[in-house]
Amino acid sequence: MSQQEIEVILSRHLAEYLAMPIFIVNPVGDLIFYNEPAEVILGTRYSETGSMPASEWATRFQPTDPEGKPIPPEELPLVIAITQRHPAHKIFWIRALDNTVRELEVTALPLIGQADRFLGGIAIFWERSRK
Amino acid sequence: MKVTFWGTRGSLASPSPETIRYGGNTSCVSVEGSDGTVIVLDAGTGIRKLGQSLPPDIRRVNILLTHLHMDHIQGLPFFLPLRRRGVEIHIWGPASTTLALNSRLQKYLSPPLFPVSVRELSADLHFHELPGHVIEIGEFSIHAQLIIHPNPTIGYRIQCDHAAITYLPDHEPALGSHTFPLEKEWTSGYTLAEGSDMLIHDTQYTEEEYQTRVGFGHSSIRHAFQFASLTGVKHFIPFHHDPTHSDDDLDRMFKQIVDELNPSYEVTPGCEGSSLEVAC
Repeated sequence: MSQQEIEVILSRHLAEYLAMPIFIVNPVGDLIFYNEPAEVILGTRYSETGSMPASEWATRFQPTDPEGKPIPPEELPLVIAITQRHPAHKIFWIRALDNTVRELEVTALPLIGQADRFLGGIAIFWERSRK
Repeated sequence: MKVTFWGTRGSLASPSPETIRYGGNTSCVSVEGSDGTVIVLDAGTGIRKLGQSLPPDIRRVNILLTHLHMDHIQGLPFFLPLRRRGVEIHIWGPASTTLALNSRLQKYLSPPLFPVSVRELSADLHFHELPGHVIEIGEFSIHAQLIIHPNPTIGYRIQCDHAAITYLPDHEPALGSHTFPLEKEWTSGYTLAEGSDMLIHDTQYTEEEYQTRVGFGHSSIRHAFQFASLTGVKHFIPFHHDPTHSDDDLDRMFKQIVDELNPSYEVTPGCEGSSLEVAC
């Protein structure tokens, strides 16, 4: 078994100590870690799911624009961060498993390690409102 | 391969009557292959004596630095082959986002910190930055990977045909973990150490000391033994002894943890001047 890169391990440790929802994906977009606050968004527990393919996590929480129109995965900040390798930011709405509608502000960054190694991406969520 | 310990102390050289058996010199280990290849792991103060022991006609030496903290480079200018014309010295170390390895070493090897600069050394010097690829040196394949320690720090796995040794002298895999050990996939250094025939690993602190030194980049003895169990190594060498730990302290600490954990692997605490063979 191979281990995660050290910068990714340290990112996970940081995420575990923060109260903001955080996703970490690998270079192909698979969700390799999400912290406890992020479990509310996905409606699952990391300890139960482990990592999750990009096709699953990007549609699981059904992000929509202000008019309720679904946002395709390629327009999500984290997908942009790893496919285009630059920071991305967006506001969107999701319906969580507890049926609340949350307005989220999301910033995503590509993770670039020592010696310019591309390691994946990280997204930090901020809840703006809920109803 | 023959593994020789020239310096086993961490942080600061600490020669004294109380540290004679484990040694007072800082990190330096040599690995010699059957074809005469010499690998030097770190250039702490122990490297001075290694330099004196190498044959005067040696043509090439490979120095693998884990990082550039002073206890791992302080002996470098006292390494005799560096002053010999015609000797090829290859120095490998961690890359930085700002300065080249050569330039970072020159911060120490230049006035006012040291009177002799890198360009005044007679040997034919070559600098290589890591990680990024597997290094092939003589009969050895060397894997380098970043590990948890302040400032970019590399761990090494030196592989010959049928055996491997892993060198992680400054390593805090438990940093940030609510419980340790974590899953293998999320453990710093796991890939380098997995199934290794010999693991040389940081055991700087007692449990009590570690509580007030979290984030300093070193392991408690317990964490190091747990890491050795997790990675399934065959022979564990506790290393990088704290300067405040006397020979008697270290005897007591290692006996206590071995009695308590009854590890499935062999344990031989690193002692300056000792050599061990690993069959390739």
